[in-house]
Amino acid sequence: MRLRFVIGKVLGALSTLVFVVVVNFFLFRVVNDDPVESMFRGRNLSAEQKDRLRQQFNLDGSKLQQFWAYIRELLQGNLGISLQSRRPVTTEIGEALWPTIALVGTATTLSMVIGVAIGIRAGWRRRSAFDVGSTTFSMFTYSVPDFWLAMLALGLFSVQLGIFPTGGLQDAGTTATGLPLLLDQLHHMALPCLVLAIAYVGEYAIVMRSSMLDTVREDYLQLARAKGLRDVEVRRRHAVPNAVLPVVSLSALNFGFVLSGSIAVESIFSWPGLGQATLEAIRGPDFPMLQGLFLLFSAAVILANLAVDLLYGYLDPRVGGR
Amino acid sequence: MSILELRDLSVTYRTEGGDVPAVRGVNLTIEAGDTVGLAGESGCGKSTIAGAVLRLLPAGTRVDGQVLLDGEDVYQMNPGRLRAVRWTSAAIVFQGALHSLNPVHRVGAQIAEAIRVHGSVDGRAAATRVGELLEQVGIPASRASRYPHQLSGGQRQRVLIALALACEPKLLIADEPTTALDVMVQAQVLDLLASLQRDHGLAMLFITHDLSVLTHACRRLAVMYAGRIVETGLGVDVFRDPQHPYSRALAGAFPTIGDPSSRLRPSGLAGDPPDPSALPTGCPFHPRCTVAVDACRTTDVQLRPVGSASSEASAACVHVEPR
Repeated sequence: MRLRFVIGKVLGALSTLVFVVVVNFFLFRVVNDDPVESMFRGRNLSAEQKDRLRQQFNLDGSKLQQFWAYIRELLQGNLGISLQSRRPVTTEIGEALWPTIALVGTATTLSMVIGVAIGIRAGWRRRSAFDVGSTTFSMFTYSVPDFWLAMLALGLFSVQLGIFPTGGLQDAGTTATGLPLLLDQLHHMALPCLVLAIAYVGEYAIVMRSSMLDTVREDYLQLARAKGLRDVEVRRRHAVPNAVLPVVSLSALNFGFVLSGSIAVESIFSWPGLGQATLEAIRGPDFPMLQGLFLLFSAAVILANLAVDLLYGYLDPRVGGR
Repeated sequence: MSILELRDLSVTYRTEGGDVPAVRGVNLTIEAGDTVGLAGESGCGKSTIAGAVLRLLPAGTRVDGQVLLDGEDVYQMNPGRLRAVRWTSAAIVFQGALHSLNPVHRVGAQIAEAIRVHGSVDGRAAATRVGELLEQVGIPASRASRYPHQLSGGQRQRVLIALALACEPKLLIADEPTTALDVMVQAQVLDLLASLQRDHGLAMLFITHDLSVLTHACRRLAVMYAGRIVETGLGVDVFRDPQHPYSRALAGAFPTIGDPSSRLRPSGLAGDPPDPSALPTGCPFHPRCTVAVDACRTTDVQLRPVGSASSEASAACVHVEPR
């Protein structure tokens, strides 16, 4: 891969990020002109108290002054104070980050690996029993809303059968540490993770299958077969490396959406992650928190896009100026 | 024993729209070191024959008759035996301009793969051999580390030739190897194939729609129409003195070098090749034939020896006197 290619992509990602920061800031200022007014609606506050609050939340001065103040703070890694908890947004986000990465990250990885494996097998033998069965399954899970699946799973496995806890990160009031705590948390994570994995797996299977179907007709597979390769070798060495390319971009992009997670599933399982944090911030509305979350989500997607571009340059020799 | 013998080979593709007979009873023999050209329009079944020899046709395709490779019926082989004869008994030079090389693998690796499948060779020995093969087709050995898209169309075609030679096959099947190349490169590739054929004593089956290419490269010629061989004989004879009206049209489609007037009146052939799933009655060529008579509508004349006893010519036309 040429250095110019890499630098170009990185600069592109950075400029997108700058754009997001600007839009992000003004978007919320357009939506709500005076958060203090709406936050303390119906409460009897003196004008003096309100002014002090505005100052505290960086809401005094003109929009432009506010913007520069925001940028100054942002460059120092300060995202402001949450209106709801009165704690720094970075602390709030930092606490919610890991539960989400664990839950959605695991689910995404799991569904990707399983989905791709299903898609490879289904696309290689079109209209086989496996293909028909797995495609029906994929279409079904792809179209089922995840919150519906989550409620169904919760009702069946947690309420009826009692195999899994009904929600939360760990048992309430647990004093366990170390391995027992980890096991407890895994036990809590299992059901939401399974629900998300099932909700995601169909997309990977369908995309991989259709990509396989396109590849199966390629002349170089005929040549590989003519060379005397086994069917599995033709598939593994010649079909999959080509067919997997569209799935690589899909996966990387989906990993960008890991952080924004699944608001619905997190809230159904009371999972204290970024999804739930977003939901609560919207209820507020907690603008510094929302601003921080949106910035993080956008940054993750932009980073994932950058990763796709660079990965493509590596996987497909025709891209990346090699 | 012949290197390749097709005995009454018929191939029928099964499609959703019904059965499509692509090859209908072809007999063809290629001796060691011989060069045979197979000519015909698109869709006449010539490329199907190439695929049939190494059993590369889509699953479910019906193949009748026999394909004897070194006397052994390809369609009776178990999967292991089939993989073993592929590329060692017969190799195919595919049409390279488009998609015959895998875009994500280096060309050297694609050649080395064939070598390593058929022999216990370590990586370094295979790499050396790849270098030799590339040099043999006029490409510097260092190009082995290039990807297909980094090579020109002519170079890619040479890589495909090197690839076909990788396991020293006795028979080379060249399936339209020069079709997508410009005329100058076409000539170079043809020269290369001819010299390799001579040097290695290869038997060669050369498939193309370009009759003029075949007369240079091949000793014998077979002309196909609608899944059947309609004329066969020595290359020079078929080109200079075609017996079948279709061969005549095919030969007439090329201008004669040195005769400017012929360039201004290319005698093409009206109409399109027949749909294999709905062939005309009698001789399938009669709707396009300029000399068709009533009998052509009802009788389908089989390929029969013609001309003097010393010639190897056969033709399938009511107008041609059987020997």
